[in-house]
Amino acid sequence: MKRIFLSFALGAGFAVLAFPSAAVEINVSAAASLTDALQEIAHAYEATSPDRIVLNLGASSLLARQIEEGAPADLFLSADEAKMDSLAKNKLLLAGTRKSVLGNTLVVVVPLDSKLKIAAPADLASSSIRALALAEPQTVPAGIYAKEYLQKVGLWRKVIDRVVPTENVRAALAAVESGNADAGIVYKTDAEISKKVRVAYAVSEAEGPTITYPFAALAGSRHVEEARRFLAYLCSPPALDVFRRYGFLVITGPAATP
Amino acid sequence: MSGEETRILGFTLGMAALAMVAIVPPGLALAWLLARRAFPGKAVIETLVALPLVMPPVATGLFLLRLFGRRSALGRFVHDRLDLDVIFTWRGVLLAMAVMSLPLFVRSARVAFEEVPHRLEQVARTLGAAPARVFATITLPLAARGLTAGLLLAFARALGEFGATIVVAGNIPGRTQTSALAIYQLIQLGRDDAALRLCLAAAVLAFVALFTSERLLARSRA
Repeated sequence: MKRIFLSFALGAGFAVLAFPSAAVEINVSAAASLTDALQEIAHAYEATSPDRIVLNLGASSLLARQIEEGAPADLFLSADEAKMDSLAKNKLLLAGTRKSVLGNTLVVVVPLDSKLKIAAPADLASSSIRALALAEPQTVPAGIYAKEYLQKVGLWRKVIDRVVPTENVRAALAAVESGNADAGIVYKTDAEISKKVRVAYAVSEAEGPTITYPFAALAGSRHVEEARRFLAYLCSPPALDVFRRYGFLVITGPAATP
Repeated sequence: MSGEETRILGFTLGMAALAMVAIVPPGLALAWLLARRAFPGKAVIETLVALPLVMPPVATGLFLLRLFGRRSALGRFVHDRLDLDVIFTWRGVLLAMAVMSLPLFVRSARVAFEEVPHRLEQVARTLGAAPARVFATITLPLAARGLTAGLLLAFARALGEFGATIVVAGNIPGRTQTSALAIYQLIQLGRDDAALRLCLAAAVLAFVALFTSERLLARSRA
């Protein structure tokens, strides 16, 4: 039995050596706010591995929904714990792979050429703000966080009529960039990648919600080994450096190789 | 069907109806020109009018966003002088629906005009009727069925508009959310039952509009 296993393992080893192009595609469903950092990391990973990283970027709510409906994904990188919790409840996560890796904070942004004076939460209630862009506040994490913040500072009722809910956090950023929204609430990391908005003020840690990004491999994955390997890479120093450079808080140490 | 769902359907029907009011005058003029006049660049105009039919609706949405956004000359004028916003308001919904449904109306209206015997119009002219009178008393009544059928088809298209609307008007509950956008949001919320109820209502409305349109065309050809 042992021998059979050994020859099988050797055979598989040779197969991998003989056909280095027998690479797999790792489908990664990731929160829109991770877009730029993840593209850079995926690019670097592909230079060292035969596997291809296929990114499906969008609102975590939509991605979670797709996974629940059986979409072929190997990894899920969520912008909030609740989406991950719901997948865990439905037994869709690969046991023992879930890990909260990154943190983020919220900022209030205005178009670069905006003349609005916004420096404190109360300024958001000013009537000169006609359109306040947020990610959809019922389902999309960035929107849920923004709503939580506005409720905490007692402004939600006052601004609700002017809220423009968007598809995902990047769409909120784009609405401010184009000037069609007077202000928006996005992640600090989104504001940092844009040259067309400026940060009016950063939401303080005391007032803002705790934002963490859990990563996990999915039970439905057909490339478990490859997925785990990329997940480990995402938690390794080179990848964490990229996340840090894009403004994310790293809330976990490098993971041990699974 | 909840009160909220009824309200969304009412809003969608109202916006689509307004869009029809908005496209009738330019649509009739364009269709008549294409049916009855030869002019340089006619083929180009024809193609341009049909373009929204085949372009990805979000592309049309982006074009409208750039045209009416606050950074454009037109958008700035409307915002600064008239104190109006198009983007992220019901006006955006109306705009998207009108632009997306205009080609369907123009194409059907053109055929309807072409089916009116030119001879009858000429007879009226020789009897001394002015062109406007010929149009109002001969062309329009004879083309009425085809025109109505085309308008219903355009109306059905406007009811289901999604791509251009979400770009231009956003998906704002209570302000710009049409039934198509509400269905999309309900899917994301995982409320498939409510989404299916709206789908069913949308299907019934579209069926009635298309069925009536087909019946009118069948009778106008008989």
